[in-house]
Amino acid sequence: MKTFRKGGIHPAADKLTADAPITDVTPTSLIRLMLSQSIGAPAKCIVKPGDTVAPGQMIAEAAGFVSAPVHSPVAGTVKRIESVRNPKGLWQESVVIEIDSDASQQQPSHPRSEKEMNDLSPADIIKEVGEAGIVGLGGATFPTRVKLSVPDGKKADFILLNGAECEPFLTCDDALMRESPEEILKGTLLLMKATSAPKAIVGIEENKPQAIKAMRSAASAYPEISIVVLRKKYPQGSEKQLIEALTGRKVPPGALPIDVGAIVDNVATAFAVWEAIALRRPLTHRIVTVTGPSLTNGGNFRAPFGIPFSDLIEVAGGLPEDTGKVISGGPMMGQAAADLSAPTTKGTGGILILPESMSERKEAGPCIRCANCVSACPMGLEPYLLMLQAQNSLWADTKEHNAMACLECGCCSYICPAHRPLLDYIKLAKAHIRRDKL
Amino acid sequence: MWNVIIALMPALAVAIWIFGLPALSVTAVCVLCCIATEWLIERFMLHRPSTIANGSAIITGLLLAFNLPACIPLWMAAIGSIVAIGIAKMSFGGLGQNIWNPALVGRVFLLLSFPAAMTTWPTAIPSGLAHSTGASAADASSGATLLQSLNASGSAISLDNVDFLGMAVGQMNGSLGEVGAIAILIGLAYMLIMRVITWHIPVSVLASAALFSFIFGGNPLLDLFAGGLILGAVFMATDYVTSPMTHSGQLIYGAFIGLITIIIRRYGAYPEGVSFAILLMNSFTPLINRYCRPRVFGERRGK
Amino acid sequence: MSIIAISIIILGIIGILAAVVLFFVAKRFHVYENPNIALVEEILPGANCGACGYSGCHAFAETCAEASSLEGLSCPGAGQEGMQQIASLLGLVPGEVVRKTAIVACNGTCAHRKTFNHYDGVRSCAIEAAYYGGETPCVYGCLGCGDCVAVCPHDAIHIDEQTRIPVVDIEKCVGCGKCVAECPHDIIELAEISPDKPIVWVACRNHDKGALALKECDVACIGCGKCKRVCPSEAVDLSTFLAHIDPAKCIGCGKCVADCPRKSILYLGNLKTQESL
Repeated sequence: MKTFRKGGIHPAADKLTADAPITDVTPTSLIRLMLSQSIGAPAKCIVKPGDTVAPGQMIAEAAGFVSAPVHSPVAGTVKRIESVRNPKGLWQESVVIEIDSDASQQQPSHPRSEKEMNDLSPADIIKEVGEAGIVGLGGATFPTRVKLSVPDGKKADFILLNGAECEPFLTCDDALMRESPEEILKGTLLLMKATSAPKAIVGIEENKPQAIKAMRSAASAYPEISIVVLRKKYPQGSEKQLIEALTGRKVPPGALPIDVGAIVDNVATAFAVWEAIALRRPLTHRIVTVTGPSLTNGGNFRAPFGIPFSDLIEVAGGLPEDTGKVISGGPMMGQAAADLSAPTTKGTGGILILPESMSERKEAGPCIRCANCVSACPMGLEPYLLMLQAQNSLWADTKEHNAMACLECGCCSYICPAHRPLLDYIKLAKAHIRRDKL
Repeated sequence: MWNVIIALMPALAVAIWIFGLPALSVTAVCVLCCIATEWLIERFMLHRPSTIANGSAIITGLLLAFNLPACIPLWMAAIGSIVAIGIAKMSFGGLGQNIWNPALVGRVFLLLSFPAAMTTWPTAIPSGLAHSTGASAADASSGATLLQSLNASGSAISLDNVDFLGMAVGQMNGSLGEVGAIAILIGLAYMLIMRVITWHIPVSVLASAALFSFIFGGNPLLDLFAGGLILGAVFMATDYVTSPMTHSGQLIYGAFIGLITIIIRRYGAYPEGVSFAILLMNSFTPLINRYCRPRVFGERRGK
Repeated sequence: MSIIAISIIILGIIGILAAVVLFFVAKRFHVYENPNIALVEEILPGANCGACGYSGCHAFAETCAEASSLEGLSCPGAGQEGMQQIASLLGLVPGEVVRKTAIVACNGTCAHRKTFNHYDGVRSCAIEAAYYGGETPCVYGCLGCGDCVAVCPHDAIHIDEQTRIPVVDIEKCVGCGKCVAECPHDIIELAEISPDKPIVWVACRNHDKGALALKECDVACIGCGKCKRVCPSEAVDLSTFLAHIDPAKCIGCGKCVADCPRKSILYLGNLKTQESL
């Protein structure tokens, strides 16, 4: 079974919602769509208070090359454009839409015929993917249009589809692969057409037998797409690690996947591409895993962007008594949410509710140089050293020791027997290097 | 930490079985003195919360005791413990900051200060505990270790007289912990299974010692089992704080420990060189760390 | 006996040889340094805080020793007295020492700001600020982890146990500005201490609209503009719902302090006698 070579850890994968089907969630009264839902420039708002919007209507357009438009998932009226707290508690410009309960909330669907599909040129696909507001749904939220635009002189040999879902607890990609393998693969074909890549490989970790089965049987019709089962290891879903696991190619430091001929997209992104091209339906919903050991009714929910965290938690059975932290994302790379009234965004793949017993930070002890962090780092860094340098504000030295190569996967902090907050300091060092342009 | 203590227990049991109660009292004195020294220094000199609960002082005490002869006066064991914790560990800033293995510093301090007491070995009597009510084993006739005989006779000792099986189960003269090779290897197996350490350091130390023993015309098997080489390779050289971080660095570090040990045994004034070899390589650990970096993902060789 | 004698002789010869070598090396590689530099440095506090604008005490001492006039050169740590000593040492006239102090532009104490979440990460403002908005609804205010305390070379700033807000010890603070640079929320600034004018400042950095700021903190500036209206010297600047007092224009009358409905404006010194500290 394939996997990447350097470092990595095996956190207990508590995939509590692995068998839960995808359930639709409809928002109650208001949704709040942040203008900045992807990496890059925030989208530019093109509606004003009082405007009525239909499902799938664009409400904010891309404001630059690396930027993605935002569409309304509901029919309703724009109430105001105001600052809304994101899960981190920081203010973000948002469009607040009041849902019109009388209007039809039916998502747009204008299917393309087979001929229309065949007539699409690669440039058309890339353009439509951009207009549909599609971003990397694995969590990085990088605009997919930019990723698909292969620079001159570079060639894409592979489309690599990321179905690894190595984060513990999260099952949204698993659920999607189980329920919509055909659509994912058709989306993959579109991605291949857009980039002229001759082959596609879907990587799925071994702990998703049902998804593997579903994808395998669907893929039998497409010889150019192969399904590869990967050994369970975190952080396999990271771009560079996945490329190594699936193709054996290594992306050099500072280079992009396209430099080794690979384009990596999440399975959910491929699904969104299919929806955008085949049904002309922009990206307005995504699957969110709401899970937690004490949660009564956790599951995989297809929810519109802009729905508050608290609504999704309510659907999943309400906030348990012993809640310690609510985490946006998975336990390894996710961040604790400070404000549960915050709306979801395109990057919100999971809401994890950890009981107090699991969310406590243990007191840090002194580093005894056991080198567990060095062995665990998938990027070959020395986290213990970077933390020491960051504690002493030696930012230039952290740069020298490749702090910028850090994936922020959290293997070092997870593995440290002294519970040292290694990643916190490495992130700080990265912020300083960026700020000081070292 | 506690896993290391568990791994040390078989060797301690063998030591008590062989040397009787004196072994237990030396161990107890070392452990208690180490804990007390650490607590006193943190309480009254550094004014910071006590760290004795992490168990590192207990390990230092155990390892120091393992490096002492069973008949050593208890006050010497106490001084060794105070030097080990007070000078070799706390003066550098406590756990994680020391350059040299504290237990070995304590041992070498005692060896240089009290050479006679440190090289007087009670003759190992299996089941010393059984027929010793009190300190009879320690009072038993003291003999030279095999390495002392070797060193004195210029390696002309007849190997026919060496009982390897006896050495493996502890029938040789020596300090507390170095007599029971099998017990130490059981501890090693436990630490490997619990993933406390990796195989790199013990294997490279032992392999390089055997290799250089062969090159310098010794008997590799004798050099492996005699003296404290196995104890050093398993418990002393693998100390996290004072050993290199990367596997390649650990292999270099281990190889040099083996080489230096054999050189001291063959050509040095001391019959045994494991402690000095480990302390010397401890000094080089920062340098090894500097040159044996992990390679960043995707970086090409020779860049 | 002879062994001892030989040892003494050999070691003695080695010692003499080494001394001779050292003598010539010292001569050959001698670097002339103005002796005044060392003397000036002795008067300086030696904290290398950078309040003078130079990279450290030595660099400042060098500049002083070489300078033809001390105008513009001042070490607030040494104070007027110290600069006088330096001046007489160098035979120059001392420049005026401008005393500055750090002031904290946030008064969001535990009583004034409710915490609605608990931060259990590393006790570092920089790390906390990088992660999220903080434990209170106000994302502009003091985080209370004490990065400013850790960086202060003069032990002049401390976190008050009750309020969790840093308090500056005016006697010790020399206004080097290290805490100003360190604070990730930029709530610390430097203010000039002049004998005939109290320091008056808006102790808030909240840029949110009035209605929001009102909810976030009991003493947040809501940008109502009352201070601007009562100010006789037009020192108050009001932008993005936050008042700011221009220290150059402020006359220290204290009218805004009395009239602020939010009690957001603080002062140092005596408003009645118009005296600073």
